[in-house]
Amino acid sequence: MVFTLKETVNTSRKKKKTENATDDIIVLDHVVKTYSNSAHALNGISLKIKKGEFVFIVGDSGSGKSTLIKLLLRELLPTDGTITVNGMNVAKLRRRKIPKFRRNIGVVFQDFRLLKDRNVYDNVAFAQLVIQAKSREIRKNVPMMLSLVGLAGKYKAKPKQLSGGEQQRVALARALVNNPPILLADEPTGNLDPKNSWEIMKLLEEINEKGTTVLVVTHNREIVNAMKKRVITMKKGVIMSDEEQGAYIDED
Amino acid sequence: MRISTFFYTLKQGVRNIFRNRWFSLASIMTTSACLFLFGVFFAIMTNFQNIVKSAQEGVCVTVLFNEDTTTERKEEIGQLIQARPEVRSIQYVSAEEAWDEFSADYFGDEYSVGFSENPLEHSDNFEIYMQDVSMQSALVSYIESLDGVRRVNQSAITANMLSGMNSLASYVTIGIITLLLFVSVFLISNTVMIGISVRKEEISIMKYIGATDYFVRAPFVVEGVLIGLVGSLIPLLVIYELYNRVIAYVADKFQVLDSLLHFLTVGEVFSTLAPITIGIGAGIGLVGSVVTVRKHLRV
Repeated sequence: MVFTLKETVNTSRKKKKTENATDDIIVLDHVVKTYSNSAHALNGISLKIKKGEFVFIVGDSGSGKSTLIKLLLRELLPTDGTITVNGMNVAKLRRRKIPKFRRNIGVVFQDFRLLKDRNVYDNVAFAQLVIQAKSREIRKNVPMMLSLVGLAGKYKAKPKQLSGGEQQRVALARALVNNPPILLADEPTGNLDPKNSWEIMKLLEEINEKGTTVLVVTHNREIVNAMKKRVITMKKGVIMSDEEQGAYIDED
Repeated sequence: MRISTFFYTLKQGVRNIFRNRWFSLASIMTTSACLFLFGVFFAIMTNFQNIVKSAQEGVCVTVLFNEDTTTERKEEIGQLIQARPEVRSIQYVSAEEAWDEFSADYFGDEYSVGFSENPLEHSDNFEIYMQDVSMQSALVSYIESLDGVRRVNQSAITANMLSGMNSLASYVTIGIITLLLFVSVFLISNTVMIGISVRKEEISIMKYIGATDYFVRAPFVVEGVLIGLVGSLIPLLVIYELYNRVIAYVADKFQVLDSLLHFLTVGEVFSTLAPITIGIGAGIGLVGSVVTVRKHLRV
């Protein structure tokens, strides 16, 4: 059984999108983040990301990318300014509301972060268990998601038995199985060879075409330049440039 | 909670134990060792207290009356004494009974020979058994103050020694149990800490996906409680096996003290020891897992 991405689109979200097409899904307003003993990690950043956008965030280490991701996931709180994600003010979230908030954002990391003792199927099913999906739905959604990322035949394999590219596909399936409106990919191709990198990027692009807002933090100049998407360049805690169909800007 | 979540929690809890089998084994052994010491000490102390208690039950105060005290007054005195909270039971011994008992003890069957009258004619008395022998001197001075009472016989040395032993036993019990609990909590939290740091990454992944604290914690709690339960059942089984043998050995070695050594049966000891030990085991597992997981939940 092969599923295509079109079949998996969340129709309700698509409807919403057409009703409210210009809505900003992520809004940062003069966001400052200072760690206890250092200078500003983010120094008054403002930006808006619309629903359904595909955005690259680039910048050297120390530019504030990681801090930005942590703020979006509500792992950290901003020192000043406001962050709104899918209509929720992140700083005002109560602690017990954080899990539900995070279900808005599917997240993929450079190091995949799969549960090593569980097989591919269980890793993806885990995300569904977390949101207390019905067993019947889990049995339906997980295989669908795995065939979407091209891993239907490897559902029994443990992460160790997979290549880097395959592990990242499992992570992607896990991030998407709950159908989040936002996908946040932190250096998703950082540990992959060019061929696998491109395949992952193609998948991300497909996912975006179906309505999911995709944010990709990356160092991969070749990919950024080739894909002609919006590029936000950060340096030392501020946004240096923000261009539609932008390119990777060299530091030097 | 969904049924699927419930089974997931149980399954993960059990799997965690086997997945980290060395850590689980270490935790079970630590818990077992502490609870074994606790159990042995508990068995010794309850038996000791039982011996002291049965010795106390045999200690009695005798109240003798003035020759001119009327029967009504004697009854009144009896009621006054009965009303005291430290009195467990009071028994009237008539002059005849007193003589029968005395002569049977000292002359055997031929006691009546040579006595035409009861030599203990004015020795009818109350025998008073107390709830708590440490209150004996207070009771004695109260009775002595009553009208119509000639004399109160007591064994102050026995009473003082027994009540002294009893309070010493209580202090030692409290002291050693507190010490054991401290040692257990220290050792067990150390072991749990090592186990949890291994799974720190796993917890953070769960949190990124949007798992609630409850969802993350539940399998660890199941794991902790199961380890605690197994850790409490092992020492209980060992003590159960050893108890009768040790009692038989002690009784055999100290036959001289046979009348004094009233040991509790294994059933009597376990009716209290088993629920306490299982409760402490499960409690240590529960508290240990909740406290150690909590540190890693703030992601």
